[in-house]
Amino acid sequence: MSAIRDLAVQGMQMALVLLLAPLLTGFVRKVKARLLRRQGPPLIQPYRDLLRLLHKEAVVAVNASWLFRAVPYLVFAATWVAAALVPTFATGLLFSWSADLIAIVALLGSARFFLALAGMDIGTSFGGIGSSREAMIASLAEPAMMMVIFSLALIAGSTQLSAIAAYMLSLQEGLRVTLGLALIALVMVAIAENARIPVDNPATHLELTMVHEAMVLEYSGRHLALIELAASLKLLLYVSLIGCLFVPWGLAPVEGTVPDYIFGILAYAAKLFAGGLALGIFEISIAKMRVFRVPAFLGAALMLGLLGALLRFVSGSF
Amino acid sequence: MGLAFDIAHMLAGGLVLVSFMMIYQDRLPALINTFTLQAILLSASVAWQANLQSAPELYVTAMIALLFKGMIIPISLRRMIVRLGIHREIENVVGIGVTMLFGMGLVALSMVVMLRVTAMADPLAREDLAFALSVILLGLLMMVTRRNAVGQVIGFMSLENGLILAATGAKGMPLVVEISVAFSVLIAFIVIGIFLFRIRERFDTVDVRALDRFRGDRR
Repeated sequence: MSAIRDLAVQGMQMALVLLLAPLLTGFVRKVKARLLRRQGPPLIQPYRDLLRLLHKEAVVAVNASWLFRAVPYLVFAATWVAAALVPTFATGLLFSWSADLIAIVALLGSARFFLALAGMDIGTSFGGIGSSREAMIASLAEPAMMMVIFSLALIAGSTQLSAIAAYMLSLQEGLRVTLGLALIALVMVAIAENARIPVDNPATHLELTMVHEAMVLEYSGRHLALIELAASLKLLLYVSLIGCLFVPWGLAPVEGTVPDYIFGILAYAAKLFAGGLALGIFEISIAKMRVFRVPAFLGAALMLGLLGALLRFVSGSF
Repeated sequence: MGLAFDIAHMLAGGLVLVSFMMIYQDRLPALINTFTLQAILLSASVAWQANLQSAPELYVTAMIALLFKGMIIPISLRRMIVRLGIHREIENVVGIGVTMLFGMGLVALSMVVMLRVTAMADPLAREDLAFALSVILLGLLMMVTRRNAVGQVIGFMSLENGLILAATGAKGMPLVVEISVAFSVLIAFIVIGIFLFRIRERFDTVDVRALDRFRGDRR
């Protein structure tokens, strides 16, 4: 019986993240537009974009290899599986015992690896420059992410997301500097990973500055739709991850009842709303930095993560 | 322990974090804003300590920190850099990554030293002292790595923030000492301000490399 319930929760979670991901992207765009005193596209615009792309013909360059066609599916699958592993509205997901936080980072890393390969596949200069910049950002963002995971694992004694969330909920730890440092480092990593404004501008096609858009420039039709959906899923994943690790209140417990789950979904919606609002406000209040300034930004995230782990390691009391 | 301890811990840890933010900033106005943030955090931390230790004279210390360091010094520093015409200058530090690495080493050092030395003390005072030593060392590091004299002044002021944190953590620093320290910092600030303008008059810059020629040990 419990296996059936866990399976149902897992299935609901997978459907929920897929349905909500474009909405979150649209919401962030709407917040930014309203703050700039523009009307902005409607909230459901990302869904319409995806639908339009799905109906369009996929144009593939003559010299594209099989990899170019396979990558959108690989990227989408890896990101969706990673998003399915993060407890969004309930802990005790069926899959969560098979993979921990490090596996999520690995899944996202392999998605990025394939995307970078596809960027170089056709041999245009934009794809190449996008891939090389993406690799530069990744080489700093992933160690910073690992440092955050180490800090959290040292505190909670586990790398399982459900176990960490349960530990945080039990309030044994209280406010700790390590937690604050980990939160700031994770937010910085999330901004860089999702190509948000100080690192990359998601709304531009200006050749000199784009990173993520340069890699996917050659894609069209259903391939592009999958990649866009994967990007939205990744944003949702990071917001959910921050919510699950640092504000785990409202998560339905393992042996949950129906009201628990409904309350969990409401709490999750509130977290997404707060996250999207904060991201929109942050993005309009800051200017994009030069590409060669990004290593300093991510280096700071790495340092903060390292400092948190160090503080925790030197003395158990911090 | 409990929540009171947690809040004191968070505020003191926040001071260290803001010290790191100051090392990361390379524009002077942003640096001054960060310094203001540190002063406000310091005064909150001191006020919380006053509440915990039920020592009303510490509230005076908090007010002094808020008034002098949170308002008077940042405002006059900002006017100073505007008058010197350097508010748009970007400072080339030794390299943010390297400096932050050094800073982490210093924090680790102060943790190891302080937690060993004060093994017997009250845990709240222990943590406060460890964090205060980190803030002091980070302030010193900032004075070493900045070439611009204004940056060095801010490093000096943040070092003094660390001293106040240490003094409030270890119960029983007399108010007279507190007030005289605050005033001597203010006087130091005025003297440094006059010096800045003198240096600028003489060398047309506040980059302290211009002074190297006059050290006497160069051939």
